[in-house]
Amino acid sequence: REREGARDITNMSQQAANGVPCRGKVLTLDNMNPNVRRVEYAVRGAIVQRAGQIEKELKEGVKKPFTEVIKANIGDAHAMGQKPISFLRQVLALCSYPELLEDNKFPEDAKHRARRILEACGGHSIGAYSASQGIECVRQDVARYIEKRDGGIPSNPDNIYLSTGASDAIVTMLKLLVCGEGRDRTGVMISIPQYPLYSAALADLGAVQISYYLDEDKCWSLDVAELKRAVDAARQHCNPRVLCIINPGNPTGQVQSRQCIEDVIRFAKEEHLFLMADEVYQDNVYAEGCKFHSFKKVLFEMGPAYSSTVEMASFHSTSKCYMGECGFRGGYMEVINMDPEVKAQLTKLVSVRLCPPVPGQALLDLVVNPPQPDEPSYNTFMKERTAVLAALAEKARLTEQIFNEVPGVTCNPVQGAMYTFPRIALPQKAIDKAKEEGQVPDMFYCMRLLEEEGICLVPGSGFGQREGTFHFRMTILPPTEKLKIVLQKISDFHVRFTQEFS
Amino acid sequence: MNVLQEIIPNVKNMKQLQNLVLARRASQIKEELRQSEFSNLCFKFTCSQRVRKPFKEVINVSWGDAHKTGMKPLSFVQQVLAACLYPQLVNSDRLPVGVRQRAQSLLKGCDGGSVGSYTATRGISERVHRVSEFITRRDGGAPSYPENIFISPGSQWNILNVLVNSEASHRTGVLTPVPCYSIALMSIRGLGAVTVPYNLNEEQGWELQVEELHRALESAKGVCNPVALYVINPGNPAGYVQSRKSIQEVIQFVSEKRLFLLADEVYQDCVHGENSEFVSYKRVLAEMGPPLSDTVELASFHSASKGFMGECGLRGGYVELVNLDLAVMKYIYKLFSTDACAPVLGQFALDMMMKPPQPGDPSYPLYSMETQHIRTTLVHNVKRVLEVVNNLPGFCCQPVKGVFAFPRLHLPPKAIQKAKEMGMQPDAFYCMRLLEEAGVIVSPGCDYGQKEGTHHIRFYIMTPEDTMEEVLRRLSSFHTQFMKDFS
Repeated sequence: REREGARDITNMSQQAANGVPCRGKVLTLDNMNPNVRRVEYAVRGAIVQRAGQIEKELKEGVKKPFTEVIKANIGDAHAMGQKPISFLRQVLALCSYPELLEDNKFPEDAKHRARRILEACGGHSIGAYSASQGIECVRQDVARYIEKRDGGIPSNPDNIYLSTGASDAIVTMLKLLVCGEGRDRTGVMISIPQYPLYSAALADLGAVQISYYLDEDKCWSLDVAELKRAVDAARQHCNPRVLCIINPGNPTGQVQSRQCIEDVIRFAKEEHLFLMADEVYQDNVYAEGCKFHSFKKVLFEMGPAYSSTVEMASFHSTSKCYMGECGFRGGYMEVINMDPEVKAQLTKLVSVRLCPPVPGQALLDLVVNPPQPDEPSYNTFMKERTAVLAALAEKARLTEQIFNEVPGVTCNPVQGAMYTFPRIALPQKAIDKAKEEGQVPDMFYCMRLLEEEGICLVPGSGFGQREGTFHFRMTILPPTEKLKIVLQKISDFHVRFTQEFS
Repeated sequence: MNVLQEIIPNVKNMKQLQNLVLARRASQIKEELRQSEFSNLCFKFTCSQRVRKPFKEVINVSWGDAHKTGMKPLSFVQQVLAACLYPQLVNSDRLPVGVRQRAQSLLKGCDGGSVGSYTATRGISERVHRVSEFITRRDGGAPSYPENIFISPGSQWNILNVLVNSEASHRTGVLTPVPCYSIALMSIRGLGAVTVPYNLNEEQGWELQVEELHRALESAKGVCNPVALYVINPGNPAGYVQSRKSIQEVIQFVSEKRLFLLADEVYQDCVHGENSEFVSYKRVLAEMGPPLSDTVELASFHSASKGFMGECGLRGGYVELVNLDLAVMKYIYKLFSTDACAPVLGQFALDMMMKPPQPGDPSYPLYSMETQHIRTTLVHNVKRVLEVVNNLPGFCCQPVKGVFAFPRLHLPPKAIQKAKEMGMQPDAFYCMRLLEEAGVIVSPGCDYGQKEGTHHIRFYIMTPEDTMEEVLRRLSSFHTQFMKDFS
């Protein structure tokens, strides 16, 4: 980038020297899509770029007070050393190079699934395009999985759209939903704090973001009264049409109670809102007394007055849970009660990106169709799956415990998902210093932590928080022993930082 | 009450592709054939149930997908990916040593040594470097910088998003060729921009003539604000390869008219035949020297979906951005970051395309043999297609230098009339009849745009030789009958 910039400047001065008028760029900040200028995505933002630079410096032999950068900014389990589930990788290898089907080192149940997937692929290859909505037999398997998960409530494969991670499906739905001008512009409700894909997509689409606050004092719970406040205020200046819920929550980890989900559904019906239920962490539930309830299941158990009218999309992904296969970009959404004409538009819209990555579709098929008790791979599969989830549960508990021992750090229980979002008390002097440096206070804090300890977190400002409060999001993904060290380092840093700015 | 009655007009205005309509009907026919075969086996048929199709299976040559049409995937690629997915294979003797070495090297670039982790936004650093090395080599040394490259799922359109300004007083316009890759048209319209068509000259081998660019730009006055020119080289659907001179003219034009240049070059590896050498827009730009080489703003697209690998399903491609404003680049980076990253296997496929096995590598002999076979098949198929199609009355085909044939149909007035009665475009009608009566799926020219009153079909020619023979056999027999029926 430096080289390019240098060439640019040299050339322009040369042109000026030659008397050639300096013509500006064709594509500039002024004439580019103004919505794109409003896009921010903290999870891969400035602090992560600085972390990347530091890593490079370490590689080049620059001396630092640490030997590695710990990237606790992104929910990437494998990057933190989590091992892939053997069965999943065996089937995918068989799909990739079908001659391995002759190899007796691979179990029969893996081969059976690989054959079935390949049979459904064009030319029997995972390298062929699939239908844009996704491979049919995979969608059928997803529907069956949903039915099983939701106690038999029917799921139609035609309502399943496979996607490139859940993000792709979320953005596609928003593209479909956002319209209107001025006061009629679509308003989309999203929590504070939220996963910043939502705010980024809303900025990109020029939609109106309607923020509703989660209650930090009540373990980040969702209160319908707050939803009502937000939507009523929003009706003054936009047309609220969508309500986004993340359950289990990101960054909060909160797992919604069944009652809460019912209240939200009731609210969505009353206010004529399309519900978007982001459920990618559905297997990541740790806390005692917490249980994942799918929005679809609750909707149908509320009876036909709701189940036949409330319009909804639920999202899931292969990036989280026990698989953690982020690099595959696998996911799906299920649409409920969608108008058939609108569904035709949705089908047309997804065809523009051709198809989701086929290995991700194959992986998803295995996730919804795992080894059964009577199959050879079952024991190993269950052992690996249980170990991953148990480790996460232990790390969730450990994190809450250690952070709550630090004065000035308050940490809600990590009920689910993969993150902790503790509140940090920052001394006024630190806040002032941050202002001087042109930084948001929690970014200033996190940057210092990065430079001093080589730990990369994301400041709470990237997710949204109540005015005057500060947080950071840290993943609970490093291996337990490393996590203990990280937690200790952050704790020590916080004490030091507080002292320095007292 | 339905919440979703009102849909964003941009989406509604995207034309439904006839290709998808045909695909749906093809699925139905496949199902009917399957059931018919089943009931034949069980001797349980009644006259009304039995489907009397003169074919046993449907052949689909409407997608640019080599694996789908039956071409064998490259062994090296399949093996390397398998080893990356299940690294136990790296340590066993099951796979050749060259494969294991490549897999090891690829996995080194992954966090946690796993293809399951996210990567950096623009792609794994070593893979991005590989792409820039490929580009530099391909372009005779004209430098390519990793900071200007983004690896993305397939040939991505984030750059279009940046160009389309929905808040400006005039709608954004993008000049597009006629005929044009249909997904490009949908993407542009889906963002709320306007396509400004410029006609390629069919009689001159689909030549891009700069006078036509001028005319198109003129026609946009008062209608929209044209900001970019989209070119496809080698062409899709028309099988041309632009000459160096033509590329220079386009570059002069965009510089003069201050347009952003979008160069879709995904078929660059599929070029064959006499007088058809691919030269990239970037290379020509660099060779034209300053001020053009330092000022013309260019986005070049390439993909692992095409070429010899044909790994469409893995979704790996890249865009190289040249001479963009650095401040704008920062926002482009942010936009890409919201998509997380391209699928890792797609990045690996791209890497193997950028640096295939070289002479001297243990994997080279097999790789070379397989790619040679693909080349031979393509050349053979092209020859056969031109022979057959140009000998059918009512059909004529320009020289094919790529992987699609886009012959012109001279339909009898009666056929055009019948199509009108059925509410279909004439070439869509032809394609539907071809599917129903001969079990072959091709795409109608109306999906791509064509000169008023002309009709075309597009079909893929990267298929096994015997498949192409069967396609041509069915097409000939159908076409002859069709022309007779409507004479």
